[in-house]
Amino acid sequence: MASYKKEKGVVWDWLTTVDHKKLGIMYLIAGTLFFLKAGLMAVFMRIQLIMPDNTFLSGQTFNEFITMHGTIMLFLAATPLLFAFMNFVIPLQIGARDVAFPFVNALGFWIFLSGGLLLSTSWFFGGGPDAGWTAYVPLSLNENQLGLDFYVLGLQVSGIGTLISAINFLVTIINMRAPGMTMMRLPLFVWTSFVTSTLILFAFTPLAAGLALLMLERIFDAQFFNPAAGGNVVIWQHIFWIFGHPEVYILVLPAFGIISEVIPAFSRKRLFGYTAMVFATMIIAFLGFMVWAHHMFTVGIGPVANSIFAIATMTIAVPTGIKIFNWLFTMWGGKITFNTAMLFASSFVPTFVLGGVTGVMLAMAPVDYLYHDTYFVVAHFHYIIVGGIVLALFAGLFYWYPKMFNHKLNEKLGVIFFILFTIGFHMTFFVQHFLGLMGMPRRVYTYLGGQGLDEFNMISTIGTFFMSAAVIVLVINIVYSAIKGERVIGVNDPWDARTLEWATPTPVPEYNFAQTPQVRSLDPLFYEKVHGDGTMKPAEPVDDIHMPNGSILPVVISIGLYFLGFGLIMLEMENPMLSPWIVVALGGLLTFGGMALRSLNDDHGYHIPKSVVKADLKKQGGGK
Amino acid sequence: MFKNHMWRLTPVLLMLVFLSGCLGEENLTALDPKGEAAQWIYDNMIISLIIMAFVSIVVFAIFFIIVIKFRRKEGDDELPKQVHGNTAMEITWTVIPVILLIILFIPTVTGTFEFHVDADPAEHEDSVYINVTGHQYWWQFDYEEGFTAGQEVYIPAGERVVFELNAEDVIHSFWVPALGGKVDNIPGISNALWLQADEPGVFLGKCAELCGPSHALMDFKVIALERDDYDAWVEEMSAVETEDTMADAEAGYEVFQENACINCHAVGGQGTAMGPALTNFGDRQKFAGVYDFDDDEALANWIRDPQSMKQGNNMPDHPEIGDEDMADLIEYLRSLQIRGADQD
Repeated sequence: MASYKKEKGVVWDWLTTVDHKKLGIMYLIAGTLFFLKAGLMAVFMRIQLIMPDNTFLSGQTFNEFITMHGTIMLFLAATPLLFAFMNFVIPLQIGARDVAFPFVNALGFWIFLSGGLLLSTSWFFGGGPDAGWTAYVPLSLNENQLGLDFYVLGLQVSGIGTLISAINFLVTIINMRAPGMTMMRLPLFVWTSFVTSTLILFAFTPLAAGLALLMLERIFDAQFFNPAAGGNVVIWQHIFWIFGHPEVYILVLPAFGIISEVIPAFSRKRLFGYTAMVFATMIIAFLGFMVWAHHMFTVGIGPVANSIFAIATMTIAVPTGIKIFNWLFTMWGGKITFNTAMLFASSFVPTFVLGGVTGVMLAMAPVDYLYHDTYFVVAHFHYIIVGGIVLALFAGLFYWYPKMFNHKLNEKLGVIFFILFTIGFHMTFFVQHFLGLMGMPRRVYTYLGGQGLDEFNMISTIGTFFMSAAVIVLVINIVYSAIKGERVIGVNDPWDARTLEWATPTPVPEYNFAQTPQVRSLDPLFYEKVHGDGTMKPAEPVDDIHMPNGSILPVVISIGLYFLGFGLIMLEMENPMLSPWIVVALGGLLTFGGMALRSLNDDHGYHIPKSVVKADLKKQGGGK
Repeated sequence: MFKNHMWRLTPVLLMLVFLSGCLGEENLTALDPKGEAAQWIYDNMIISLIIMAFVSIVVFAIFFIIVIKFRRKEGDDELPKQVHGNTAMEITWTVIPVILLIILFIPTVTGTFEFHVDADPAEHEDSVYINVTGHQYWWQFDYEEGFTAGQEVYIPAGERVVFELNAEDVIHSFWVPALGGKVDNIPGISNALWLQADEPGVFLGKCAELCGPSHALMDFKVIALERDDYDAWVEEMSAVETEDTMADAEAGYEVFQENACINCHAVGGQGTAMGPALTNFGDRQKFAGVYDFDDDEALANWIRDPQSMKQGNNMPDHPEIGDEDMADLIEYLRSLQIRGADQD
């Protein structure tokens, strides 16, 4: 853009960047690759289950696939894809030039990636983890299965990345809002990201503790989970679900946020019941923490505990219902444009309700004795995760794509994608409710013929082919649009939207806002369109803009963590290539050396001179 | 655009298919309950389903009206009225769900207490009390009368039977869908549940908690008999001595001895519970839980190379047993009958 800083290679630029927009795009790419990988595993699993007694996959391979499918989808696909939007959008929506800690932001991305790669490395050392994404002990203590060591350390590492990113979002949202952007004027996506970050803060810490216990038991032979030595196997389940239940809300709340952005934009109405939406988000988050034991109704924790957790769980339906009706009544009376983003966002509402109602059914503890660990549960949580989170991600992708990549995705291909995906989704998962009730447990690699399970399994598998075709259409769309898509360069606000990110020029300059905007209302851009001249009023004169320097240290620290984890796993290998402690030492040196360098070296960043900012403004035809 | 939304009718159409009678296999499916507990669960599932269907229909109805009625026309740039909310409406859709949930709270709490039983034989002296142990990948059933049965558990019909649930290696979960809910078998913890089969019959059971590569093959049967038949069965099972069982097929018994099968498989009170007890093996409907009992070739293959048929199980392979010996062995195993041909 300008000559005031030294030009470096493109690759180096992306490796060292601390720009939240570039990191958002990197999260998007990494998350998409993991999403495709885990999706492919799902297709293989469904092919195995297309008919009874099939031998396409062995029981062992199937178990590795279910484990990796779940783990990758939750930790390495859904989380980073949401982080992609959070990274790109939050600073823009609150009128900030960057996140609070740009270096930490980059570090978070690279640590997440190194954890994900560490987990994936398991395929080269005897196969992936095979104890399910929940890794219940004692099954996950199988010493012959190195995959579980990769699970423990891969998640531990990537969890650190998630945790520090969440802290960064919290500080950013509290501290970096533009003048006038009060908490009760925050866009709903920022609100839900804020609450989600709080959830991550309180949920990923118990996960880290649990994984540490499991690591100590697996690698250093502690006895926390060995009943013969006074341990207790149920402890793991409590710790896991104290993290694991909020995790669902960690993913679904930002998805709610995306829906709450897209629906008002394309209905041309403000969000119905904004205040109720904010408080419903907080109540859902709070209750989400209180109900972990509903995953353990059949563990035998007693009728009193089961009753309490059952009732607390059902209560979540109330704030969620408030949200559903608020979305419906945002659309009610609106003038709705059904483009691809809106198709996904609006179809989210009834689809999510189907997942929600089975959630209430599952919460009835004594009836859950039937549903638990069956395909009914599989159907339920895919209605929540695919029908909720994934639909929202697609809505967000089509909605924010022009801002992120300076061109739109093709609408025709988008609608084909939507139709194929929707048919495939319902076909795959709706019949699974019945499979569960008809006696099919979850996580089975095969089933016997003649038990009445054949037809629905066949239908379910065919559904996945539709979903696969849909995803292929999406990939084609992305490639096609990159070449021939409608350019929006110079078009700041292609959707006629309401929030601040659409007030920035396209492409977004590295400093986001030449002048920090003055926010006068909820939906600030819309307010200016109706009450002002359609552009944001600046809250400051044009001046030098202070920006952080890029750094390669996040990459170095992450590589170090990878080798630290890998070295610990090598302790368990029978014939490691070299002494594990050498690898641990090397990893430690890179990690802590990188941290020390960062601490000792004062980096004050640089300034974009006023003249450059003025020239940019002039090019965009503005400058007040 | 409306055409693109026709797919939303698919679930409704599918529902009609199910209601027309496609409920799954008898004696497996929970949609055709065969016992008191299963019936209670089914009834309450239907209650919750009706309430939830009501909620879904309301949402879908509003949604369809919106989709049809509030689409933006080409060139219509007029701004719709900007409403911030409506307190009365918001209170309505808070209060109604609360009422609906209260209706569900009541059976939730009563049912939770109704189904709870303690794992303590002294508290259940009036009912049949069977100790169930989950192993990778088979089930062990210890009766109060002192004998052990493997894979197939016999119970009297028409009365509540209490199962104490334990696990030997990893967590399993004891589930007989047609008879009731499941409870986990957890190492180091004793759980319990009661089940009742209203009529005599054979009910399919499954392990519901992931327990390793062959989790999917960890099936078992619950065989409910009239009380008299059950008593007779118990008496015979208690009385079997190993000597009784070798009479018919002595050559096969020798093969059994030579290969040290008794080290893992108890017969008539002898041997250990490392593997399923074989006392009434000849009465089985399936062997290894899932394979056709009458298939000699499969049974021979199982004894020679069990790994190929149930990945990760703990039975050592016996490739050295010759064809003749194998035939004798199978004859011996099939002769291990308590109820003989009178069953079904």
